[in-house]
Amino acid sequence: MRGYLPDYELRAPASVDEALETMAQAPGQWRPLAGGTDVMVELAAGKLPPGKFLSIWQLPELRGITLDDDHAILGALTTYSDVRDHAGMAAEYPMLVQAARESGAIAIQNRGTLGGNIVNASPAADSPPALLAYGAQIELASVRGRRWVDYRGFHTGYKQMGRQPDELLTRIRMPRTPGGAGALHDYRKVGTRKAQAISKVCLAALGRLDDGKVAYLRAGVGSVAPVPLDLVKTEAALLGKTLDAATIDAAVAVAEAEVTPIDDIRSTARYRAVVSRNLVRDFLTALAAGETGARVHD
Amino acid sequence: MPDGWVGRSVPRREGRDKVTGAAKYVDDLHVEGMLHGATVRSTIPRGKIVAIHYEGDLPWDEIVVATAADVPGANEVKLIQTDQPLLADGVVNHVEEPIVLLAHADREVVEKARRHVRIEYAPLPSVHSIDDALAADTVVWGTDNVFTHYTAGQGNVDAVWADAPHELSGEYTTGAQEQMYIEAQGMIAEYDPDAGVTVRGSLQCPYYIQTALCPLFGLPPDKVRIVQMATGGGFGGKEEYPSIIAGHAALLAYKSGKPVKIVYDRIEDVTATTKRHPSRTKIRSAFDDTGKLLALDIDFVIDGGAYITLSPVVLSRGTIHAAGPYRCDNVRVDSRAVATSSPPHGAFRGFGAPQSIFALERHMDRIADYLGLDPVQVRRRNLLQQGQTSSVGQTIDEPVDLDKLVDRALADADWVAKRKAFDEHNASTTGPIRKGIGLSVFYHGSGFTGAGEVHLASKAVVEATAEGRLRVLAASTEIGQGTNTIFSQIVGDAAHVPIDRIDVVQPDTAHVPNSGPTVASRTCMVVGNLLAQATADVVGQLQGAGHLPATWDAEQFTAACRAWYADHDALVGRANYQPPAGVHWDEKNFRGDAYSAYAWACYVAAVTVDTRTAEIRVDDFVAIQEIGKTVNPILAGGQIEGGVAQAIGWAVYEDVVWKDGRVANPQMTNYIIPTAVDTPPIRVAFLEPFAPQPVAKGIGELPMDGPAPAVLNAVAHATGVDPRGVPLMPETLMDLLTTQETAQ
Amino acid sequence: MSHVNVTLTVNGTEHTVSVHPMARLLDVLRTEVGLTGTKEGCGEGECGACSVFIDGVLTNACLVPVLSASGTTIQTVEGLEGAAETLGPLQQAFIETGGAQCGICTPGMLVAAASLLRRNPDPSDAQIREGLAGNLCRCTGYTRIVESVVDAARRMKEARS
Ligand SMILES: Cc1cc2nc3c(=O)[nH]c(=O)nc-3n(C[C@H](O)[C@H](O)[C@H](O)COP(=O)(O)OP(=O)(O)OC[C@H]3O[C@@H](n4cnc5c(N)ncnc54)[C@H](O)[C@@H]3O)c2cc1C
Ligand code: FES
Ligand code: FES
Repeated sequence: MRGYLPDYELRAPASVDEALETMAQAPGQWRPLAGGTDVMVELAAGKLPPGKFLSIWQLPELRGITLDDDHAILGALTTYSDVRDHAGMAAEYPMLVQAARESGAIAIQNRGTLGGNIVNASPAADSPPALLAYGAQIELASVRGRRWVDYRGFHTGYKQMGRQPDELLTRIRMPRTPGGAGALHDYRKVGTRKAQAISKVCLAALGRLDDGKVAYLRAGVGSVAPVPLDLVKTEAALLGKTLDAATIDAAVAVAEAEVTPIDDIRSTARYRAVVSRNLVRDFLTALAAGETGARVHD
Repeated sequence: MPDGWVGRSVPRREGRDKVTGAAKYVDDLHVEGMLHGATVRSTIPRGKIVAIHYEGDLPWDEIVVATAADVPGANEVKLIQTDQPLLADGVVNHVEEPIVLLAHADREVVEKARRHVRIEYAPLPSVHSIDDALAADTVVWGTDNVFTHYTAGQGNVDAVWADAPHELSGEYTTGAQEQMYIEAQGMIAEYDPDAGVTVRGSLQCPYYIQTALCPLFGLPPDKVRIVQMATGGGFGGKEEYPSIIAGHAALLAYKSGKPVKIVYDRIEDVTATTKRHPSRTKIRSAFDDTGKLLALDIDFVIDGGAYITLSPVVLSRGTIHAAGPYRCDNVRVDSRAVATSSPPHGAFRGFGAPQSIFALERHMDRIADYLGLDPVQVRRRNLLQQGQTSSVGQTIDEPVDLDKLVDRALADADWVAKRKAFDEHNASTTGPIRKGIGLSVFYHGSGFTGAGEVHLASKAVVEATAEGRLRVLAASTEIGQGTNTIFSQIVGDAAHVPIDRIDVVQPDTAHVPNSGPTVASRTCMVVGNLLAQATADVVGQLQGAGHLPATWDAEQFTAACRAWYADHDALVGRANYQPPAGVHWDEKNFRGDAYSAYAWACYVAAVTVDTRTAEIRVDDFVAIQEIGKTVNPILAGGQIEGGVAQAIGWAVYEDVVWKDGRVANPQMTNYIIPTAVDTPPIRVAFLEPFAPQPVAKGIGELPMDGPAPAVLNAVAHATGVDPRGVPLMPETLMDLLTTQETAQ
Repeated sequence: MSHVNVTLTVNGTEHTVSVHPMARLLDVLRTEVGLTGTKEGCGEGECGACSVFIDGVLTNACLVPVLSASGTTIQTVEGLEGAAETLGPLQQAFIETGGAQCGICTPGMLVAAASLLRRNPDPSDAQIREGLAGNLCRCTGYTRIVESVVDAARRMKEARS
């Protein structure tokens, strides 16, 4: 344990309002601490900057998954296990369930939260690609009020995001029946090993054909850019097109140009580029072949 | 049922403590008044130490500080040589070299202080690869960066090339590997001017530490006491490095007069302690149309890191195993251990053999490929038979039947059907999935190489109490491999008593004799044998005194002990190692009887490769071996399975990323070892012993040798590419696949 | 920041400890509560040696700041059902089937296995491997750990019927 505890402060507010008030008093000084699966790792490695933390883990207001007519709404403290255990999630959001299933192992899934995964803003995080593909929105709360923002565009640069220092992420919502009936959901995480691995590349792609033409397409990719990346140009290049071999080739080329992977200790830029290209091609090929529902990669 | 403990799966004797959380490992021990120690290490690979600054808002007056100047004796960690200092003195030769030691009662304060010691250096050039070490443009050790150079073999390879029907050459590499025992290293030391130094901790070889600490403190052996605590895995990693931690903790205890605990965290353990030696092997071979080997010319180099430590013996084992279990009349193995500026590489399960065996077993598959023959056929053409000699001139006395070993492995793995089905699938598929199956055949010498056991002159003792209980005294440590249980079984059989009457005494140099280090797969074979003799000595004394008949049972044994104690106050059986008759090893020419026994094995791996991602999955693993007598099938099976998993890790997951001589991925999140999901079911079987009177051969290291080549041979079969190095990471495989695609 | 009082119920006994709120539950259990069965293998959530139950939920104690566990009920390997004079089926299975070698991963492995068996009393091999994927073992190659859990499940079933 390399962290020096006297450098830190931790409080447990009794309510979200109390948390927001504390955060408002000295914006940027108090950071939320949810499951701690990112923060505590930094602490032990001696890499957590000294500072003040608010434990929000014990706040029931931030928990729970509900489905209304338009949206699935998930509290910021929704854990990976909560997502896995919720029947409604598997039915409509299989890619998010898959992301949850493949994030860490059981003990991490019991503790790691979606809110933490988003705000930790690692480009290698596994739920953001699925959230991007599902067109998620996130709710940010402060003493000034609450606002919903599109998750797409939230991450603006490496560990930069459209969240004010005094804002708490409180909820996440996704439209019902994303991609429409008959859509293909394809989530593929490529990690350093089969279980409990950090991604080298992770693709979440959602698409639907109508009369052989691409009627809907959204895709998020992890670990290939400073932020969880939306393949906006690839989407634009494909919408309304017939998925023949030439279109797929062209789209793969667009996707390849969109990703900007780097070399790091986990992998190489070249590998990440090749794999993201292969995964996009694989998804489009399956879509063209008429596959629907959740693709299974074992 | 007192007889016949050996051969039965007696449950692990210390099992209860381990499943209830009661077992005490070093970090579980708190000694009253104890300080916590920390180590300040070099941040550069090589240079002069110009100044040391103690900075920050810290209670420096309360912090115990020790440097090289504080070492009371010689600042040398005695092992094979004495080139490694306990603390760097004026110059550092590798990253993470210990320079300053700190201790304080508050663990957090000392950790913070560690980060506020600033060391100024004048950097010197450093060496970071085998090639650079051999080029010797920068010399970091001796005159040419070569620690050790051996030449071994037989016949005359140079006479073969001209007329050889076929020749094939290749270069193979293996990477460093981290032991990654789950319990990081640690020690607690105490110093008392009268009693001397006492160290307790996580370790494999108590007497190695005693030998190292005596000169550091200028103390005789009876003033340096080393006690092993429960040890959470070693795999060689706790063979030589613990001497350094023990020395550090003891120095802080000596300076402060208080007990000092040093327990590494994972990052420190991975960055600072030893790894498996990286290697580079060049093989030039000649063979006929049938694959019969005519010549093997092997150039084997290992990277020893900055100090010599155990590199000569690692090299020696790698050299002797380099030509494999094959008959070849012309062999030359030219081998070197070289110096670089990384932390010293050290002992790790297999000890040089996995490196050279990987190269040869990949090469055997390449010969088969070249000839268009089945890899099994090429191996069968060359397997050693009884009466033939190995490449170092050792005659195989045992009635070995390696064909039978191979047959069994192929049958269990369903080789023929799978090979065919996979060939068909790979030829016809348009999808991304490729399947392959590969094998390796190998042997592993048990015990120390050559005259090693003679030099060690190990001793073991068995004491009987008046109640008829037996106390087993040996320095061999239980590190998970089952020493306690196996010793109980052997002694139980020799005395004809139930094993719950046997107490294996905790290794403590104050009480146990030096039965040698717990390394080289020697514990069961060598020390087990000594204990059987020591028990026989007890029995002999009882019989000599007329207390015990020629055949007896447990109750008679107890009665005999009681009778003995009527007019004695101790009953001690002793055994000293005696070299087996007719065994000769010529160290200088590397010829003769390298090992007193060999375990033989054939391993088969089946893999799936996803060509979209170049991910490799090992789906099935069959490990067949002949290990002589199996003392405890469950424990033996566990050794094999654990070794196979570790070797699969080495083959396809475990990549030590070096950055200027420092490990850049020292955490479990970035140095990837297999989880339960990544590890296939490992199907282990032990062949009926070859010999009619089998010994219990060593098995600890054997399973490390075969998996990497079997897995890579399977990947080659699946994909048609020719991988030459481990770890074979998806990044490398993807490059090979891409190159192959472009070529087609 | 000064210490705070935190109350935890550990293996059925209530403890109030004065600790830094950010102290890791792992350290508090080992040093303040004095239960050293819970081990540290990595300090970063990877190895599972520190696995405990918090209110019945499998958790890595190295990742929990103690304040977040205030008022909870914690179960460690020492308090696991079957860690008694007469060992329970899980512990017995690990000893007899060879699921423990060096033993350092064993406490966490047992807690994770208990968690799995509570949710799924009759798991398949694949489910066992997934359920234990957060617990690294460097000694066994997992084969006998999987067998130990299968064996434990069988013993538990027998005990129930
Ligand atoms: C062993 C291990 C394996 C892992 N595997 C994966 C994996 O496979 N895939 C993956 O994506 N991640 C993985 N992670 C990372 C981590 O578990 C996830 O990112 C998790 O979702 C973080 O959630 P948390 O609640 O634990 O975050 P915390 O550590 O509590 O917080 C993380 C960051 O988010 C901020 N934060 C948290 N909640 C809020 C909120 N509601 N509002 C504003 N800010 C907030 C915190 O201030 C902090 O900066 C792994 C971690 C570990 C230790
Ligand atoms: S110590 Fe907590 S998971 Fe390794
Ligand atoms: S038994 Fe040693 S790590 Fe699992």
